[in-house]
Amino acid sequence: MGVEPIKAMEHAIGILGLQVLIASLCVTPLRTYARINLFKFRRALGLIAFFYIVLHLLVWLLLDVRIPSQIIADLYKRPYITIGMAGLLLLIPLAITSNRYSIRKLGANWRRLHWLVYPAVALGGIHFVILRKGWQLEPLLYLTVIGVLLLIRVPMARVIPSRARHT
Amino acid sequence: RAQEVPEFQIKGFDTTETPNSFKEITTYNNFYEFGTGKEDPARYAGSLTTDPWSVEIDGLVSRPGSYGLGDILAKMDIDERIYRFRCVEAWSMVIPWNGFELRQLLELAGVEPSAKYVRFETLYRPEEMPGQKRAILDWPYVEGLRLDEAMHPLTIMATGLYGKTLPNQNGAPLRLVVPWKYGFKSIKSVVKITLMETQPVNTWKAINHREYGFYSNVNPEVDHPRWTQASERRIGGGVFAPRIATIKFNGYEDQVASLYKGMNLSKEY
Repeated sequence: MGVEPIKAMEHAIGILGLQVLIASLCVTPLRTYARINLFKFRRALGLIAFFYIVLHLLVWLLLDVRIPSQIIADLYKRPYITIGMAGLLLLIPLAITSNRYSIRKLGANWRRLHWLVYPAVALGGIHFVILRKGWQLEPLLYLTVIGVLLLIRVPMARVIPSRARHT
Repeated sequence: RAQEVPEFQIKGFDTTETPNSFKEITTYNNFYEFGTGKEDPARYAGSLTTDPWSVEIDGLVSRPGSYGLGDILAKMDIDERIYRFRCVEAWSMVIPWNGFELRQLLELAGVEPSAKYVRFETLYRPEEMPGQKRAILDWPYVEGLRLDEAMHPLTIMATGLYGKTLPNQNGAPLRLVVPWKYGFKSIKSVVKITLMETQPVNTWKAINHREYGFYSNVNPEVDHPRWTQASERRIGGGVFAPRIATIKFNGYEDQVASLYKGMNLSKEY
């Protein structure tokens, strides 16, 4: 992990969380455009991403900053931390309701609730871009991929309900 | 919980703290000319040719010209200086540099009385510096000092560390070290020095003047807009070491505070 293990862990776990979250967003377009069905892995991907992102937060809280006053100040004074934290908060209801009982209980509202993953992943991508010095290529690539995955859902969202109406 | 403040003194030029290891100093670097990752410079800087090397000294000097590195070194007194080093990203090290006072080099070129600032430029050689193929920064990297800062005895041009030739990833063969300022002021692999009447625009300030100023003195009271500068992580502490408090002028307040008398340091950051 090099000579600065805390930052190395914080970054590696954060990127891993973002990658798995992005992977979970690939499931639907893969089925729509490539006819590859990975639906049975989608919940696992979402939960693994959530797990990594919580771990990322814990490294930041318990190993990196540790000073409560500074943590609180960072949360409202540092946009990249505010944004990252907002993304994580949006994922909490999704993690809690990722079980069969909730899906049954919430019905159509479950799908609506889980649209929160879109702003969450966008916030994660922005968090990554603005925590770096200058405009760096790697986080911008992640943000681009996220943008593409969100944009291709716009036509899907239009097509799928109309199809549903016809059948 | 109270933050730990390291026990140290500045004795003469040196800090009494234990220096970081050679490995730590040479594997955790910011040198965007070789990539933006901390390990990139150690991985890719081997390709840099540092011999022959010369430094162009021009502008308001009485003896402008191209100074060969060998000729410069023959005239300089190389000292060891154990300095605290604080990065703007809120990490720090203690580094045993070898080098000479910048003042000596400037006197070699003869500073004209009208000169007020010094501008420095890093080598631009994209075929050996792969990071320069991308427009992350406006190459070549530029830094600057006020003349009195440049003439201060703490300000050195480093040529080595731990008594060894300076590794490429640390800015070989010749780099500036200004221990009371954030690390990005200590420009690496210098090829050009210009004495000027007006304040030069340094690279990071040009990119984002709100986040990076000209002075960039280490100051726990003036936060970076995106993170606090009140504390720092000392490299090499391992997973469980807490942050340590950042100290004004990086601990060199007694030596340099007088340079900034009457200035509002939260405005002139």
